[in-house]
Amino acid sequence: MEKSKKMRQIAIYGKGGIGKSTTTQNTVAGLASLGKKVMIIGCDPKADSTRLILHAKAQETVMDKVRELGTVEDLELEDVMKYGYGGVKCVESGGPEPGVGCAGRGVITAINFLEEEGAYTDDLDFVFYDVLGDVVCGGFAMPIRENKAEEIYIVVSGEMMAMYAANNISKGILKYSSSGNVRLAGLICNSRNTDREADLITALAERLGTQMIHFVPRDNQVQRAELRRMTVIEYSPEHKQANEYRTLAQKIADNTKFVVPTPLEMDDLEDLLMEFGIMEVDDEENIGKAENA
Amino acid sequence: MAERKPIEGITTERTEALIEETLAFMPEKARKKRAPHVGANEPESETCAVKSNRKVVPGVMSQRGCAYAGAKGVVWGPIRDVVHVSHGPIGCGVYSWGTRRNLVQGIPGVTSFPMDFTSDFQERDIVYGGDKKLETLLREADELFPLNKGLSVLSECPVGLIGDDINAVAKRMEAELGKMVIPCNCEGFRGVSQSLGHHISNDSIRDFVIGKREFTEEPGPYDIAIIGDYNIGGDIWAVTPILEEMGLNIKSIWTGDGEIEKIAATHQVKLNVIHCYRSMNYMCKVMEEKWGIPWIEYNFFGPTKIAESLRKIAAFFDETIQENAEKIIAKYTPMMEAVIAEYKPRLEGKTAMLFVGGLRPRHTVGAYEDLGIEITGTGYEFAHQDDYDRTAPEMAKGTLIYDDVSEFELEKYVEELKPDLVGSGIKEKYVFQKAGIPFRQMHSWDYSGPYHGYEGFKIFARDIDMAINSPTWGLVKSPF
Repeated sequence: MEKSKKMRQIAIYGKGGIGKSTTTQNTVAGLASLGKKVMIIGCDPKADSTRLILHAKAQETVMDKVRELGTVEDLELEDVMKYGYGGVKCVESGGPEPGVGCAGRGVITAINFLEEEGAYTDDLDFVFYDVLGDVVCGGFAMPIRENKAEEIYIVVSGEMMAMYAANNISKGILKYSSSGNVRLAGLICNSRNTDREADLITALAERLGTQMIHFVPRDNQVQRAELRRMTVIEYSPEHKQANEYRTLAQKIADNTKFVVPTPLEMDDLEDLLMEFGIMEVDDEENIGKAENA
Repeated sequence: MAERKPIEGITTERTEALIEETLAFMPEKARKKRAPHVGANEPESETCAVKSNRKVVPGVMSQRGCAYAGAKGVVWGPIRDVVHVSHGPIGCGVYSWGTRRNLVQGIPGVTSFPMDFTSDFQERDIVYGGDKKLETLLREADELFPLNKGLSVLSECPVGLIGDDINAVAKRMEAELGKMVIPCNCEGFRGVSQSLGHHISNDSIRDFVIGKREFTEEPGPYDIAIIGDYNIGGDIWAVTPILEEMGLNIKSIWTGDGEIEKIAATHQVKLNVIHCYRSMNYMCKVMEEKWGIPWIEYNFFGPTKIAESLRKIAAFFDETIQENAEKIIAKYTPMMEAVIAEYKPRLEGKTAMLFVGGLRPRHTVGAYEDLGIEITGTGYEFAHQDDYDRTAPEMAKGTLIYDDVSEFELEKYVEELKPDLVGSGIKEKYVFQKAGIPFRQMHSWDYSGPYHGYEGFKIFARDIDMAINSPTWGLVKSPF
């Protein structure tokens, strides 16, 4: 399918629980407040990628409707596309409960459906894919296939596992960038108030060949807004945290630095963590020894 | 259209009672789901009331296939100069290998490739993905058979789950090999029948084939393409001589004994004539929309329909062609009369019931009627509403119409209507023959054919007579 040149498709990845959905929705709200036309496609069976935009907890997802109707051919676009804050178009792929079926196929089915039904209209400036945790199988790589998202942002914090995940995701992007146009566009630091967090993520970004596009400070205003199922931008547009997301949105809108990432070897990543004191240096001979041994 | 003569003994009331009686054997839930798919024909009605293209009712024995079957078996398989790769575990490729009697010319391995190519998925391919293996396979197949004109990649179910990006592989390999590499995401679990496989395949032709080549010769005013003839039992070879005799220039055939580069250049023809509407109407509409090529449905079963169709096609062209059409009809009419004179006396007043795929349940009616046989019931495995709408006027009032009929229902209907012949598929053949009812396998022409065109009608008439009037039936005592 031919896509309009000006439409930018963006996928958001990052470790589970890092705040991808919250960051995505607040950023999208920021873009919407800048007058941009945006669509969010939630690619996560939990289907919580659009609740802050729609003020609704449970979404009618593509796969829910498919289960109800029996086949995706009977599904209509209006059954699953909802409009939220700032005219943002929202679709959730949905999928099975944990432990059964194939969530990855749910993502493939949903995105194919949206393409066939003409959801990618020319007036859109941005399409955001909010993708579950790691890229565990082909289904979760669907958003970064050819003719889909070409820009990827990784949400990360100064915690060790979040950085491991960011590095792993970069490896995935490297694989896909060799066959297509997918590029790493930056790290978004969603602060957990760890030591020297901004410096650390800046250093990691440099090693990956990219940038820390924005440092989003931790603020409980985000949680207060979430209790009302709202983004900070809508809940308290004057609040300083709303400014942070608007700044991030503007930086994404202006961003032109799209790179093929240079992921780190495990040793290099651990060296980096040690350098910043995230990981303690220990003698090689103590490895595998219990505390009281 | 003149009003159809009712068939003796067939009334709407009787048919409706039969349906009710039959469905009464089913549990309530199944009965409710099946009821809208069966009905008594109303030739005058604008749209046929029978519901179609819905998921099979769980628990019944259905005859349907899957999307992969529709793609590999129907649309892609008959293209002779393409290497068709079944991407996934071994079973789908093997069991769809050479099973459809879509005959081809050519020398195997040189100008035709009737082998089974498959990526033969193992555990590790599911876990690690099969895209690299697919790439290697395509490269090796092209090395082994360098004269192929293209390669198709047909996805089996697991490919859709693990998300192998066959489109990206196909694009890369097309650039590397310098010939068409066509991805087709026809995973079997998609859709409710093989019909979606036809549609997906049409979409692949739209996205990856059509418009990619040009004919080498100058275009002419009589250039046409035959769409939706799969050369079952050599059908196409009984069709092309007639159209050529008429003065038409057949530039490509979709896809019986087909050649991919001609298919890719079909956007240059003046007219598409379509036989199997169900499986190929999508691309006719695309070519009409994008290149303004009109399309005409035609029917080459039996002399009445052939004459109607020749006139319909000729009407699109100038007087020369129209005169030629009349000449052909005049030339073949005595031959056809001779055929009818031989067989009709033995077949007049017989009845038949049909259950086939997406076209023949309506298109063959005229051929039976030319022989004096009346069709008391008909239905499709995977047709849609537009097919049923086209069926209603072809059938007499009150005749039985059944969509996606279950084996149980079909047996009951046959038991009650007692046709002299059942025309259906291999799954039904032995059931009815064991019950002492003459049967013809109407998907593959029962190892016979062709049945299209004037030559085909001779064979059709002989086969039907042979089936119905065989003295064997007098010796069969059904134990049932």
